Amino acid sequence: MAVDSKTVFDRPVTLRDVVTHYCPGCTHGVIHRLVAETLDELGLRERTCGVAPVGCSVLCYNYFDTDFMEAPHGRAPALATGFKRMRPDMIVFTYQGDGDLASIGMGEIVHAANRGEKFTTIFINNAVYGMTGGQMAPTTLPGQITTTCPAGRDVNHTGEPIRIAELLAALATPGYIERVAVHTPAHILKAKKAIRKAFTLQRDNKCYTLVEVLSTCPTNWGNTPGEAIEWLDENMIKYFPLGCYKDYVEPEGK
Amino acid sequence: MAKVLMKGNEAIAEAALRAGAEGYFCYPITPQTEVAEYLSKRMPEVGGMFLQGESELAVANMLFGAASTGKRVFTTSSSPGISLMQEAISYMAGAELPVVIINIMRGGPGLGGILPAQSDYFQAVKGGGHGDYRTLVLAPSTVQEAVDLTMLCFYLAQKYRNPVMMIGDGMIGQMMEAVEFPESYEEPPLPPPDEWAATGAKGRKARIIKSLFLDPVSLENNVLILEKKYQQMIREEVRCESYKISAKNKVLIVAYGTTARICQTVIDELEADGVSVGLFRPISLYPFPEKEILKEATRKNIKSVLTIEMSMAQMMEDVERAIQGRRPVHFYGRTGGIVPTPEEVKEQVLKVLSVKRRSTKKKS
Repeated sequence: MAVDSKTVFDRPVTLRDVVTHYCPGCTHGVIHRLVAETLDELGLRERTCGVAPVGCSVLCYNYFDTDFMEAPHGRAPALATGFKRMRPDMIVFTYQGDGDLASIGMGEIVHAANRGEKFTTIFINNAVYGMTGGQMAPTTLPGQITTTCPAGRDVNHTGEPIRIAELLAALATPGYIERVAVHTPAHILKAKKAIRKAFTLQRDNKCYTLVEVLSTCPTNWGNTPGEAIEWLDENMIKYFPLGCYKDYVEPEGK
Repeated sequence: MAKVLMKGNEAIAEAALRAGAEGYFCYPITPQTEVAEYLSKRMPEVGGMFLQGESELAVANMLFGAASTGKRVFTTSSSPGISLMQEAISYMAGAELPVVIINIMRGGPGLGGILPAQSDYFQAVKGGGHGDYRTLVLAPSTVQEAVDLTMLCFYLAQKYRNPVMMIGDGMIGQMMEAVEFPESYEEPPLPPPDEWAATGAKGRKARIIKSLFLDPVSLENNVLILEKKYQQMIREEVRCESYKISAKNKVLIVAYGTTARICQTVIDELEADGVSVGLFRPISLYPFPEKEILKEATRKNIKSVLTIEMSMAQMMEDVERAIQGRRPVHFYGRTGGIVPTPEEVKEQVLKVLSVKRRSTKKKS
């Protein structure tokens, strides 16, 4: 008897079939998939150029089957600016972690957002420097233990964590800024919606778009993948509330 | 085409457009800001991209992104700004990107001053950023030459897919001279950007513009690929000029840029006094005209070599290296924004010749 079969789930074409270098329980892979699915669905793969950061996701070009540039630490928004200004017909995205974007690259991200550069930033916030082995990031939570704040982050010594979505939403120019998470299926679906919206706005040449994604780092948080999910849910969301901080509004008279 | 009177900085800007520059990214800094002001008006007129960035750090990285598209892009700055660009220059050399960077030099170190200097020689020629790389460096001595070399820079950047620098002292940027732009500008054919730029993975494998090679064997291979290009530059891109070099010279002056022009005045004056001196002027500082200097300096009639700079014996190290100890190499330089006068250079030449100054010359 012939069996009718229908594929209901597959790897996006934009995502390469390769072995991952990310640690078990890290949610970079989920976020990669959401970006790849979006590029597939919007048919953008062949005219996309990504910009890789410095950090764990420096090798993200091994997974995305699109053209890529690899930026110096923190400078991805400047590269994206130069590229998109010369090729406004292409789709450009930066994929940056919290050390890259919120510390060494703070100048570049603020000014790119403020100029309204028409690219998309996928900002991965896991409250720690991953690749160098778990040092304090600008997003490390008060009291959170890292290798450079072994007694826990003392906000009297290093200040409060920086909330990037809120900070950039305070600027007049950027068009769409949303913070999402990927630690449960429901959150993953919401994150996908936000990422798709960001790339759609870019495709339609509307505005600067940034999606901040709260992500796990069990290796450097010192817990299991399951515990990491719980830690993110219980601690990170309190400090970094999810939601849309700036929504695109069509200018009047258009 | 008729000659026009133009300020150096504006002539450089116009020359870049004539060479087909499509993108210019900048940050204001004295004494090169006129390039930015000129292009803020002219770039949109020719359908190109003009963008003022938030810092030289960002501008150099915008250049990185812009060059990755395969289009002709450039920036101009002055010494402290060029220091901030070194990170991206190293990355762009590693990723083999064609960019043009023009440094209208002012005095340093630090914030220094805003007057003409040549004290970024080491930074430009020896590689101001980290890693095994070189930038091709050209140095004009007139506004006309600044025009010609600016246009050449774009061709060389594309030919080698490597950052190319033109370094001019503040005098070159600020003074006005009559210049002529070529009627038409044609270059030998180059590989199309489609073969290497990030143009979208349509009908081909995805392309990665990068300088990261975690495997040491791969990294060494990449450095050797770069080294091959630098060896080709040494073979094909040495540029230099001589002035009144003859069998009567006793001293050979080596100088570049504005300093070389001052030396020409000195040589003319000394000639009138019956003293024969020749000038060797490097135009390419990397590759440095080593063989050419060695040949001129070791002629039988040459007793010694005098290097004149608006910096503290930076180029002199390359002159000494070229001459390999076969002639004494003397140095005279002013720095910090002071341009040497013909009188003081003349005094140095006479000193080297051990000829007493004539008492008829006034002395301050």
